Amino acid sequence: MTTSPPEPPVSSPAGTLGTDARLSLTGVQPGEPAFDDHRPPSAELVSDCVHCGFCLPSCPTYVLWGEEMDSPRGRIYLMNEGLQGEPMTDSMVEHFDACLGCMACVTACPSGVQYDHLITATRAQVERRHERSRADRALRSAIFALFPYPRRLRALRGPLRLHQRTGLSRLLRRSGLLERLSPQLASMEALAPRLGRPQPVPERVAARGTRRGTVGMLLGCVQREFFPGVNAATARVLAAEGFDVVAPAGQGCCGALSGHSGREAEARRFARELIDTFESTGVETVVVNAAGCGSAMKEYAELLADDAAYADRARGFAARVRDVSELLAEVGTVAPRHPLPVTVAYHDACHLSHAQGVRRQPRELLRGIPGLEVREIAEGDLCCGSAGVYNLLNPEPARELGDRKARNVLATGADLLVTANPGCLMQVASALERAGTALPMAHTVEVLDASIRGRSPDVFGADRRRETG
Amino acid sequence: MDTDVLAARLRALVGDAAVITDRQRLRTYECDGLAQYRVVPAVVVLAASTEDVAAVVRECAAQRVPFVARGSGTGLSGGALPHADGVLIVMSTMRRILEVDRDNQRAVVEPGVINLQLSDVTRADGYYYAPDPSSQQVCSIGGNVAENSGGAHCLKYGFTSNHVTGLELVAPTGEVEQIGGKAPDAPGYDLLGALVGSEGTLGVVTAATVRLTRTPADVRTLLAAFPGTDQAGAAVSAVIGAGVIPAAIEMMDALAIEAAEAAVQCGYPEGAGAVLIVEIDGPASDVQQVFEEVEGHCRAHGAFEIRIAADDAERALFWKGRKSAFAAVGRISPDYIVQDGVIPRTALPEVLSSIARLSAESGVRVANVFHAGDGNLHPLVLFDDSVEGESERAEEVSGAILDLCIQHGGSITGEHGVGSDKAKYMPRMFTDDDLDTMQLVRCAFDPSSISNPGKVFPTPRLCGERPGRHQGVHPLAEAGVAEVF
Repeated sequence: MTTSPPEPPVSSPAGTLGTDARLSLTGVQPGEPAFDDHRPPSAELVSDCVHCGFCLPSCPTYVLWGEEMDSPRGRIYLMNEGLQGEPMTDSMVEHFDACLGCMACVTACPSGVQYDHLITATRAQVERRHERSRADRALRSAIFALFPYPRRLRALRGPLRLHQRTGLSRLLRRSGLLERLSPQLASMEALAPRLGRPQPVPERVAARGTRRGTVGMLLGCVQREFFPGVNAATARVLAAEGFDVVAPAGQGCCGALSGHSGREAEARRFARELIDTFESTGVETVVVNAAGCGSAMKEYAELLADDAAYADRARGFAARVRDVSELLAEVGTVAPRHPLPVTVAYHDACHLSHAQGVRRQPRELLRGIPGLEVREIAEGDLCCGSAGVYNLLNPEPARELGDRKARNVLATGADLLVTANPGCLMQVASALERAGTALPMAHTVEVLDASIRGRSPDVFGADRRRETG
Repeated sequence: MDTDVLAARLRALVGDAAVITDRQRLRTYECDGLAQYRVVPAVVVLAASTEDVAAVVRECAAQRVPFVARGSGTGLSGGALPHADGVLIVMSTMRRILEVDRDNQRAVVEPGVINLQLSDVTRADGYYYAPDPSSQQVCSIGGNVAENSGGAHCLKYGFTSNHVTGLELVAPTGEVEQIGGKAPDAPGYDLLGALVGSEGTLGVVTAATVRLTRTPADVRTLLAAFPGTDQAGAAVSAVIGAGVIPAAIEMMDALAIEAAEAAVQCGYPEGAGAVLIVEIDGPASDVQQVFEEVEGHCRAHGAFEIRIAADDAERALFWKGRKSAFAAVGRISPDYIVQDGVIPRTALPEVLSSIARLSAESGVRVANVFHAGDGNLHPLVLFDDSVEGESERAEEVSGAILDLCIQHGGSITGEHGVGSDKAKYMPRMFTDDDLDTMQLVRCAFDPSSISNPGKVFPTPRLCGERPGRHQGVHPLAEAGVAEVF
């Protein structure tokens, strides 16, 4: 039985801020400038934007709506207005909230504008200084009291499974009742993957064949509880490639969902705990199989830059983080591959491609499998709408993007959709379901695992599609 | 007219959601790609249809309120700079490709359609939309029509005006006119010729019928590195002088290369004082022969390294450096002016050395990017706005470069348009009579001067450049030489 770190009481997540308590919501006077002096978006980074507009077509919300204030250039303009003293109005916040944080604009920008840093800083200011509606606050509290805590997610597995198996889920969706009551809750219900049996990863998995090193492994929260097959496959692939795998049982959340939503204090707390956990194992590399987690962990240096006790350690830790495909491409693969005759469409998770720049590696690994053909998805740089908890907070645009992605995926004619992020898997699966199509889906490492173990592509068959993701 | 009243009327016409009056939102529209010029519009309307645009323009005409159309907001002359008392009509929300008529090689598009997206959609059928401004991945076709945009391949394929065969126009009175169509040439006055490049001063285009061009059978691209721009310029003259028309010949100097390397790591040859990108397209046999000829000219004029793109990926990398050059300059300078001028190709070495002299004397750095084949210069004048006096010095150098272009028989703009930025230079190129005659054309379409007022022409002139006021009779009309329709 694994144990998770102590969890704060569900009722008052704000009560756990500890040393970061000073960052809690303070009374902001109407008309006050949007940003205070605790890490506002950097005026220098804002001024890097030359207003060329090359980011516009890369931005999912601009693609949907065609409006300047919902483009990266427009949002940077709004940040600049805030820096010049404009107050943080509801409309300003609406445009920051509408940003998916996919970072496609960072890839597209020829001037090297660091929008990722800008939006992270802005979101933290919004969370501290903007009074949200009661319903919005309740929803956010519920999300952040649940998702970053594997044990709570686990407690949900039983009822969720029952809900799915008894047909209640189908009934509820057909009735449209939940959709009318709360679109947010409805999308949460629709996104939940069909759960399979738990497959816990042991704390230590020994390398097979010649030992090439020891790596730590992040288990994640959603990954661990909803996609246990991905973690099991990751551990097997790493072992087959000659690595001892250390997966500390006590590890908690990496803070990605919190950090990417502006809950800075919470993200910092999670980051410190995770650094402690992995430092105690002494591993040289920390391997991650969830794109959102990996990108957040690589940002620890900035997140904890002003924390005297952790700044250096965070920098060191961030430098040791690798996506599993990144590590395998870096060290080269040794485990023999068996043929896997299947055509796959590879979907770039934004937090892998745009945030971490990892595009080539997963494709190379997949192409290294005999018999496997990789197809590109049209508009591959465009977010699927998952974006952390975005699809829970902004269900309408998320659904439009999901449907668009599903159409492009289906147009490839591939037999299997492969991607590297649990959020994308849930989002695209639910869009495909709306389209009435059953396309099997898998994580990159599950495909590698199947090839190494000589399994048939049938293991990803339609009947298992929501189970293995 | 009171803004609240105007906004209320517009809301009744096009719906609440399409009308923006919130100050913070309005400010995101206060400038286009030329951010030095900023004006907060009174109202922004997000247009969804021709009917929306016509309704808004009719209202503006009735109230004598100026209006400005804006596409992707990437223009580099401030052509879409809003009017403080006017309506900014945003066309980026009208972006449907209405028809692809492959057999007649035409497409009908709404003005907000992004240039490159049309090519993306038609490529599978073996066609593309030829005009390719460097911002083609984001600029709108409506904006291209307003500015008569060109691009690297215009040397062979011509500017936007060569590719538009029909327009739907909301005239400044609010009437919807169909001009031209799918046929290549309509009898009578060339109204399309007047409209394309009119920079929004003759109305708002709400649909364009454009030519689709067959994708060439073969394309070959070379990158030649030279010790300096003199040698590269001589090679360009030799190629064109030999009667060869490449699809594109582009030149970048050392500073522009440095910026592009910093931005997109295009891997141009080290130590190059200038590079040429030459692209040849057409039937495979022609391409091969012409390509060898071009290579020979480059070597004869001192190219020390020639790379030939092995595949589409390498070709894309050659072009990436060139096409991102403007924005990439942001990597080596906090602020810069993108200048746009034209000279006869043969004057290139002389003008370049004059620019170098200007730069040395003023201490203002200038990076150079050109469509070398047709003598279109894009000097990038670098400065730091936070240093006192630098922006004025940069502005002086930038203006002096235009004077050089005029002295050598060229023009103050090749493709970016006059807009807000260059209106003041128009009298250096045209006499008062020239400008007055242009005004007559404008008055024929827009007697109240409410369509993008304040652009192109240096000062308020004649039939009321100041909206809402008539300013007397045109001297030509008074003399009975011309008449206002």
